[in-house]
Amino acid sequence: MNGLDTRPLWLVPVLALLAWPLVLASGSSSATWVTLTVAGLAMGMIIFVIASGLTLVFGLMDVLNFGHGVFIALGAFVATSVMAGLADWTGSASLSHNLWAVFCAMAVAMAVAAAVGLAFERFIVRPVYGQHLKQILITMGGMIMGEELIKVIWGPQQIPLPLPEGLRGAWLWGDAAVEKYRVLAVGVGLVIFGLLGYVLNRTKIGLLIRAGVQDREMVESLGYRIRRLFVGVFVAGSALAGLGGVLWGLYQQNVVPQMGAQVNVLIFIVIIIGGLGSTLGALIGALLVGLMANYTGFLAPKMALFSNIALMAAILLWRPQGVYPVANR
Amino acid sequence: MSRPLLQLQGVHTHIGAYHILHGVDLVVPEGQVTLLLGRNGAGKTTTLRTLMGLWPASQGQLLFDGEDITQADTPSLAQRGIAYVPETMGIFSDLTVEENMLLAARQAQRAAQMDKQRLAWIFELFPAVEKFWRHPAGKLSGGQKQMLAVARAIVEPRRLLVVDEPSKGLAPAIIDNMIEAFLKLKATGVTVLLVEQNLHMAQSLGDQVAVMDDGRVVHSGRMADLSADEGLQRRLLGLAL
Repeated sequence: MNGLDTRPLWLVPVLALLAWPLVLASGSSSATWVTLTVAGLAMGMIIFVIASGLTLVFGLMDVLNFGHGVFIALGAFVATSVMAGLADWTGSASLSHNLWAVFCAMAVAMAVAAAVGLAFERFIVRPVYGQHLKQILITMGGMIMGEELIKVIWGPQQIPLPLPEGLRGAWLWGDAAVEKYRVLAVGVGLVIFGLLGYVLNRTKIGLLIRAGVQDREMVESLGYRIRRLFVGVFVAGSALAGLGGVLWGLYQQNVVPQMGAQVNVLIFIVIIIGGLGSTLGALIGALLVGLMANYTGFLAPKMALFSNIALMAAILLWRPQGVYPVANR
Repeated sequence: MSRPLLQLQGVHTHIGAYHILHGVDLVVPEGQVTLLLGRNGAGKTTTLRTLMGLWPASQGQLLFDGEDITQADTPSLAQRGIAYVPETMGIFSDLTVEENMLLAARQAQRAAQMDKQRLAWIFELFPAVEKFWRHPAGKLSGGQKQMLAVARAIVEPRRLLVVDEPSKGLAPAIIDNMIEAFLKLKATGVTVLLVEQNLHMAQSLGDQVAVMDDGRVVHSGRMADLSADEGLQRRLLGLAL
């Protein structure tokens, strides 16, 4: 973090503050702005959880994994099964039972996504190392296969993923309504960011990952097997995508097999804004995308789809390699 | 001449459609500094990269301490005790000097676990490494980065140090510092294979010399003999040392 350029960190508060007068001008109150901002931050943290693994996967091995979305969908569908099996806990009036049910769903979803990620890396990604065009084609193919397998197991229809009793509703803060689940999502996102920060900045494995993102050949020249490290990062990234899938599914309160492909677009916008390979950049990008989606969804719904593309274009005009480009790349 | 630590026998290397090395024969004796000289494009860097397993040899054999390492991959070569400093230095700009050094200390999980005695010796050789210990490596000057690159290569005892043009782009005063450091390093008995274009540095350090041209070693022998023979210098290098 030495010599960190702090200017990109200001983008998130600047965007939020820019939106404030616009929300007021639309005839709404500051409370609406608070609600939108919390919703945007929650959405951003969920996207960050999903995108953090993908950005490291790209940074370490130059692998363009367009199949990342399948782990999101897989995580969400596993969560529907786990939470259906824990209906006593999700329907309980006890918040601790509710939270245990969610955490169980997260743990199982992460484990399943990690296992599938291991197989995905071995059979789909490994044969096409260093071949970008083939990576795009085969990983997209892998995602389509994954979606079809999800339909075989859970069926093609939308499945509800209701929030447990204790996580429904909102806390009122003045006139602003802050949904309980969104606070939980922000909390989980912060924990993941903290864990990633600890592993990347305070452990030898993290040091190797950061070095590998910059110059993998030199890391090998120092005696480390970067491919083993990459497999570990790929599996961890898949697990995080599975966790993100649970969070996203609960955020939407329903899941469809195509949800991974839908979220994929947002994730790629996030890692391009952040700078390929940068986790801090991914966090900034995810928060910006989350806030932008919520503000434009409220102020100008017809612009919502376009807004994140416009945001990415604006950031790239300022910093063509993203807000935190990784050195040596 | 002491026993050979490294031998290249008839090594050919192709990069894509290009045939770069055309049967390199090279012997690096243990405990000595061997210079690899030659014009730009002669194949010196390719020889080092082939030796490090970064580009595969398409033909021929590489032996390290008598063991065939032709098919060995880069990490296993490093684990055998071969340290490599590439022409680009390979410094991790986003990491601090300390983190760069810690990466090379494979046995240490934290900076506090690095061999303190050896670090003190390295700080003596390269004071800039100690001075900028907690600074981002990307902020160092070219000379300081080069010193860090060499310091990192010797943070643990190595059997062979392979260095590609350490004087490249450095000011004369920094080159003199570098020569001084290498002379101290040489006094410890470490084996060095050095690619160098700076003839002053080459003459100051070299025990043995191999001259490359067009992907082959066209001359090998004692550095002192080449230094004493101006005609040979002009024929092989196109200039006198």
